[in-house]
Amino acid sequence: MTASRVQYQTSDEVDFVIIGSGAAGGILAKELSTNGFRVVVLEQGPYLHESDFSHDELKILQEDLLTNHPKLQPNTFRKTPDEKAKPQRALVYGRAVGGTSNHFTANFWRFHEIDFIERSKVGPIPGATFSDWPITYADLEPYYTKVEWEVGVSGLAGASPFDPPRSKPYPMPPLPVKSNGVLFERAARKLGLNPFPAPMAILSQPRAGRSACINCGFCLGFGCEVKAKSSSLASMIPIAEKTGRCEIRPNSYVHKIELDARGRAVGAVYFDEKKNVHLQKAKAVIVSANGAETPRLLLLSASKQFPNGLANSSGYVGKNLMLNSGGISLGLFDEQLNDYKGVAVSRILHDFYELDAQKVGFYGGGGLDARFDMTPINFAAGGGLPPDTPRWGKKFKDAIAHNFTRTVEIFSHGTSLPKEENSFSLDPELKDAWGLPALRMTYKDHADDIKLAKWLNEYGLQILDAAGAKKKWTYPIEEQQFAVHLLGTCRMGSDPKSSVIDSDHRTHDVKNVFLCDGSSFVTSGRGQPTMTIEALAFRAADRITALAKRGDINA
Amino acid sequence: MPEHDCLPSAPFDRRTFLTRSAAGFSAAWLTANWPAMVSAATHAHARAASPDPAKFEFFTAAEAAEVEAMSSRIIPTDETPGAKEAGVVYFIDRALVTFASDSQKTYREGLADVNALLSEKFPSVKKFSAASPEQQDAVLEALSNSKPNASSARRNRPNATGQPFFDTLRYHTIAGFLIAPDSDRRGNRDGVGWKVIGRDPEHMFQPPFGILDKDYPGWQPAGVEKK
Repeated sequence: MTASRVQYQTSDEVDFVIIGSGAAGGILAKELSTNGFRVVVLEQGPYLHESDFSHDELKILQEDLLTNHPKLQPNTFRKTPDEKAKPQRALVYGRAVGGTSNHFTANFWRFHEIDFIERSKVGPIPGATFSDWPITYADLEPYYTKVEWEVGVSGLAGASPFDPPRSKPYPMPPLPVKSNGVLFERAARKLGLNPFPAPMAILSQPRAGRSACINCGFCLGFGCEVKAKSSSLASMIPIAEKTGRCEIRPNSYVHKIELDARGRAVGAVYFDEKKNVHLQKAKAVIVSANGAETPRLLLLSASKQFPNGLANSSGYVGKNLMLNSGGISLGLFDEQLNDYKGVAVSRILHDFYELDAQKVGFYGGGGLDARFDMTPINFAAGGGLPPDTPRWGKKFKDAIAHNFTRTVEIFSHGTSLPKEENSFSLDPELKDAWGLPALRMTYKDHADDIKLAKWLNEYGLQILDAAGAKKKWTYPIEEQQFAVHLLGTCRMGSDPKSSVIDSDHRTHDVKNVFLCDGSSFVTSGRGQPTMTIEALAFRAADRITALAKRGDINA
Repeated sequence: MPEHDCLPSAPFDRRTFLTRSAAGFSAAWLTANWPAMVSAATHAHARAASPDPAKFEFFTAAEAAEVEAMSSRIIPTDETPGAKEAGVVYFIDRALVTFASDSQKTYREGLADVNALLSEKFPSVKKFSAASPEQQDAVLEALSNSKPNASSARRNRPNATGQPFFDTLRYHTIAGFLIAPDSDRRGNRDGVGWKVIGRDPEHMFQPPFGILDKDYPGWQPAGVEKK
């Protein structure tokens, strides 16, 4: 299988070098190679396969099989720019071929129309760099459909009265309902709300040589052993490789975009597995390294021409970080629900997608779902038990024995407002295992985000009440210090002074450098960003193809 | 299946569809994955069936007896198996030479602390494993400071290194009790931990999963349910 794959020399000037093989990079690789371009994908992590995945929780929780490694890649955290950042694990992202799409939970809602034009509708918000997108839902709609059909999303069109218009139904029916979905649906209807089957990037039917979900329950944090989860690894990368024009090069850690005297990119400089340095030459560079590593790479690529970092004339590289707000309420039920079986989420609701700021007193909106995504160790050692449970001894054992099959989470997820000071930057002192400046995260939620999270959490408790929970509790809403959704750090916009890329994903400053991943976001949506990252990637591939065919990339 | 691209017209259709797709996907899945699955299962089985090595990789036999006694108070044996039956001490022993090698010192010092606490509280008792369950609990109570479930123990976060001995031992005991039984971590022997929490050891399930989805009539738009 590997023998037939194309391999380029680093001195071969390929059409595109793509940095990152995740949700966006995988799609760009597939689209551009299918469109006839020669592509090299540089992925910092290893090339793992389904046979490398397992249900061993410690591989995930302790050994970082699929994610960035805190010992090799430490980072620092601070709440505000006037503080000195301290070493503290502050983010997780996928670090393997397939990126974060390997281990995500696979909730795949589309953004709604409002997400792209909310600044115009709501007006300015103090303390936030709130802005409209330069594209609309209508621009992205065909690409959402493409994600659903090509990457693979299960769902039921028309089931939510709040859904934006769509040109085509889902290609597959929703996944089987779980007991938590049934109790969520009944309780929500009692409260006059509109629950509906969750759209998930997991196959409910066999498709494109991949099997349907076997309901093993190991989604969040784990790779799917049967290719049912629609990761880039399972869905896009095999097609890219089959073109014979796309090379996926794992263990390739890019740390610089090389420029020529004209200020055009000539390729990407990376460490191979043995820390030898190479330059992969390319006519254009696409960075899809995620909302933390994409800005970091631009900052690491500072030069005489670009002293503040590549493509950073706006000063916005790394800024306006958004994580999505939200909270978790938990409930304990009498019935044996066995929610460890099946995908995490089977029912959600969007009734609170747009809360009325006049009524609630803050900006924001979000979704609620019922889920159970805690694997056994996580459940018993972490946050699965009521807070008054003894931590050890017979009562502890009785609690894990009784509760594991009877616990439900009501998960809420909503908007984060962009703030200029929330950012990823280079730590002035800490270095990673390659001697490069470590990521420094600065984050303090906007006050409205905290109010929203509390509001949604309270509503989660109401749903648990209506569902007949015997006991219910919530995690306290605290200022976030840990990032999973990495959004907004190289935002898209038409004004080069207040954005990093244009609506073609091209950097305003460098004609042949494109950025496409969570960093491109202008607003956070209501959580579940990967669907939109992927729609953007399909669209970016079309735009970039058109520019290349016009000779408008490296002329 | 284009007929399911729109809302199902009646609950019956939906139910029929679910039954059909459940049967369909398992068959298709088996075709696609059976050889790999058989080989994985055989491998796991061979590992599980291999005799438990009596040798410890980190602990001395004496230390192991103490750690086993402590973990047996964290997840005690009663009418159902506890840490002892799950082989948690073997799990911890391997953990300390693999993913938790950073915690070796924590254990060596922690064992000494436990001895100190024991001789302070119960001078006549020579070692933890020889103490009565009540005495053992008193020592562990003092060691743990009896903190309630802290909010810092957030879900989906790794257990940090550099934690106090009791927290480390507690985490390792839980992990050793509940780790996937077919992993090579030497914990959850015979899947007893999963039996205790009611987790079916299979890795492939078909609906219905629990009580409430068993008789679920299928999703219907709001209003249809009102009779």
